[in-house]
Amino acid sequence: MKIDRRSFLSLGIGAAAGTALSPLPWKLMDDVSIWTQNWPWTPVPAAGESTYVNSVCTLCPGSCGITVRKVDDRGVKIEGMKGHPVNQGGICMLGLAGLQLLYAPDRIKTPLKRSGKRGDGNWISITWDQAISEVAGKLKELRANGQAHTVAGITGSGPNTVSRLFKRLLTAFGSPNFFTTPSMDSSYRLALQMMNGAPPDAITPGFDLENADFILSFGSGLLDGWGSPVHMFRTNTAWRKTQARVIQIEPRLSRTAAKADRWIAITPGSEAALALGIAHVLISESLYRKEFVDNYTSGFEGVVNATGELQKGFKQHVLEKFSPKTVSELTGLDPAAIILLAREFAKAKAPIALFGKGQGKQPGSMDEALSIHALNALVGVINQKGGIYALPAPDYPGWPAIPPDPIADSGVKQPRIDGASSDAFSRLNQLPSAVLSGKPYPLNALLVMEANPLYTMPDSKSVQEAFDKIPFVVSFSSFMDETARNADLILPNHVYLERHEDAPLPEGFSRPVISLSKAVFKPLYKTQHVGDTLILLAKGLGSSIAEALSWKDFDTCLKQAMGDKMDTLQKTGYWTDPNAVFPDGKMTFATPSGKFEFASSAFCPGFTPVKIEGDATYPLVLIPCDTMRLASGDTANPPFDTKIVEETILLHQASLIEINPKTALSQGLSENDRVLLQTPRGQANVLVHLEEGIMPGVIALPRGLGHTAYDDYIAGKGVNLNRLMGPVADPLSGLDAAWGIKAKLSKA
Amino acid sequence: MSNSDDKTQAVSEKTVETSDRPGGSSKGIIVLCFFIGLAASLAFGWGVFPKLLYSRKQQPIDFNHSLHAGVVSNGCESCHFLRDDGAYSGAPKLAQCIDCHQDVQGNSPEEAKFVDQYVKKGIEVPWLVYARQPACVFFSHAAHIKAAKMDCVTCHGKIGESEHLKVYEQNRISGYSRDIEGASLINMLGFKKHTWDRMKMDDCSECHQKQKAVMGSVQTQKEGCFVCHK
Repeated sequence: MKIDRRSFLSLGIGAAAGTALSPLPWKLMDDVSIWTQNWPWTPVPAAGESTYVNSVCTLCPGSCGITVRKVDDRGVKIEGMKGHPVNQGGICMLGLAGLQLLYAPDRIKTPLKRSGKRGDGNWISITWDQAISEVAGKLKELRANGQAHTVAGITGSGPNTVSRLFKRLLTAFGSPNFFTTPSMDSSYRLALQMMNGAPPDAITPGFDLENADFILSFGSGLLDGWGSPVHMFRTNTAWRKTQARVIQIEPRLSRTAAKADRWIAITPGSEAALALGIAHVLISESLYRKEFVDNYTSGFEGVVNATGELQKGFKQHVLEKFSPKTVSELTGLDPAAIILLAREFAKAKAPIALFGKGQGKQPGSMDEALSIHALNALVGVINQKGGIYALPAPDYPGWPAIPPDPIADSGVKQPRIDGASSDAFSRLNQLPSAVLSGKPYPLNALLVMEANPLYTMPDSKSVQEAFDKIPFVVSFSSFMDETARNADLILPNHVYLERHEDAPLPEGFSRPVISLSKAVFKPLYKTQHVGDTLILLAKGLGSSIAEALSWKDFDTCLKQAMGDKMDTLQKTGYWTDPNAVFPDGKMTFATPSGKFEFASSAFCPGFTPVKIEGDATYPLVLIPCDTMRLASGDTANPPFDTKIVEETILLHQASLIEINPKTALSQGLSENDRVLLQTPRGQANVLVHLEEGIMPGVIALPRGLGHTAYDDYIAGKGVNLNRLMGPVADPLSGLDAAWGIKAKLSKA
Repeated sequence: MSNSDDKTQAVSEKTVETSDRPGGSSKGIIVLCFFIGLAASLAFGWGVFPKLLYSRKQQPIDFNHSLHAGVVSNGCESCHFLRDDGAYSGAPKLAQCIDCHQDVQGNSPEEAKFVDQYVKKGIEVPWLVYARQPACVFFSHAAHIKAAKMDCVTCHGKIGESEHLKVYEQNRISGYSRDIEGASLINMLGFKKHTWDRMKMDDCSECHQKQKAVMGSVQTQKEGCFVCHK
């Protein structure tokens, strides 16, 4: 018997018929179609028990209450905490995307020690014991050689317990070089110190914005992330109902300007001049509130100087130098517009003037801070409903005195490396130049906590050079950010959702609030709360330092620091003063005169233009801008948020600069042209975006893009503005007052 | 019919012709081949394929429902309960077991294994859930137990009386438990004796139609895909 073609075909037909009569094809078809609904890369919500944990978001100084929804141990959603005084249940997109930071692939999972060249990204994992003993060993060596003062610490956290512990460690160690990250808050506090008179670390500005009815914003991005963003959005909604008016003074049509009742574009950097021009009208037309000025202020009519002579006061100074005509030349505004604005400001029931450009991440010039604060005093809204309060900082129970130690005592007596008189107004911006010049002394070690100076500081190139000169850099970062990447050792902190700590004083809020950040999640990796790390470091350093930080762990330290507030904090998640001590109408001031000081022998609000860098070869002015969709501080923008950045800011991987069509035409540029943007400090390839809403001659680039570290989801998107900026030290505060830099564009 | 007759005839004639050729297959062999092919593929399709399609996994611990049902006070709900928010807890967590099983209670080797490998180490038991609906389905136990007052047995059978856990069969392609798709081939085709024989979409709608139960969204009363599907 032989099987021929026909038999074979017949076998095949039989097999086909049999298969069709079996479940095989039908079942396979069904299964394959079901399989397409179950692709493993399709995210599926976890099954398990849902729980909600209240905590606080510390990704920005806003300190909003949050409620984290968990399914078993997995976090699935962050919502605004209902009833929290700051955000009342609202949340911003950064807070919403916080889980992406918790589960980020670039989290540092164990302590790391650099193995290759610095910045090459070669690390070896080490144990916590080893990490602590390495850092303690190095610091001990410096201390033994009488170089305790050549150690510096930078913190990006607010005035919370961890920061206070960090400062205490440095003081006990013998270093005066504790640095906070300066922001508009620094300038506000300095202005309050000078004019209201208050110890710098015991006072904080409070803004009663809900009760204001005329908001004169000198470039403050009220809807772009200024202060506590969610609170600002809610306040803006309330303003619509109360028919409060918002006047936005800014050279570009920001979101805030677009939503304001009026947008006034002035020459960038001339804000102080405009404030004093308005003051001129208020004084010359007798529109200021005499009741306040006459009874509670000094320095208005005249100032008695140290030798007992009577000098010109604020009034005369303003009347002589800031007539609407002069101010018109400085600001580019019509004199009539200035007069009109001043009259409206004076006639409002509860006017308030604000400064802090954009999100307020830069301190800005003290001229601006003082003249705008003076404007508030002229209309008498100091310590008044709808005005600006000087709030006492929440009372933390004192820690025991640091045990005396000769090395520490002589160390802290050394001058600070940045030339600041105390750490209350530390000048982080002066650190790179001090390190590079080696004066007053070289810096031998730097500890960085919750800060990313290599990304956030202007003129990144010289910051990098300064870093290269510091022999020993330790980062406590949770992420492989730019600074951690350039460190020698990384002792990773928990991410904010894993940390138990306090979050005091939401920025831009009306009263002091302390919120409690809870360890919502058990640590995912072998990270350690930086508070515990500091205590262990102190133990490793031994002697008086261990004694100064003798707490068993950070939780014990926090409990002691919070004192009787801890119960309330644990119960409700936040604490506000039960007596709600609004210094409403409290007209006592801690100045030498006992009054609010418009001017003194030491200062008088004036206008000296901040000389931004660049000569005539740079025909344009580059200004930074902020958007709610980009986090620009030490928190990197989570990928979810970068996704929603408009194509006029980030197109594919390229940043766009905003330029007026007229300026573009004169430069021969059109939409989406690729250009080389050059400033005296650096250059970058960018695309052109034509925008009618920006002043001719000015170009704008947003902060928060252009990371070079982290992971593929964060790095390589756009340009870091800070690489192009140059800092300008303010003569009064020593902080960065630059509002822009000269720039030029050429076709790439 | 005449068409097919003609064809058959034509084929037969052809066969007759070729069969005369030396070495050609006879008509009988061709028919035989057809039936061999038919029988083999039927055997494969009905017999081998279903076995190949499902992977068979043993539960990590052979749990004895009947033993536990006799000890607990609240029936099934002692371990399988609704949470406060209305979500269904499903297979119990270690936290519930360790109330009794902190240490070994009896002589069962399975219990010893459970205590050694899971309780002592604090690891959750990776139970394989026979009746888990896929992620694209909204299924609320609360709606069925509370609102419709159904009991567990109606859908899950007398699992509470079992002494051993059966083998968990998982579809290698779709990843579904076999209990969803049909415990036997006959069930798979839709012929079923018990509710729990198959738990696919048709089975949901069959019961809902029979019971004249809610067919649409609770909020809008409207029917549609997204009433049950995510």
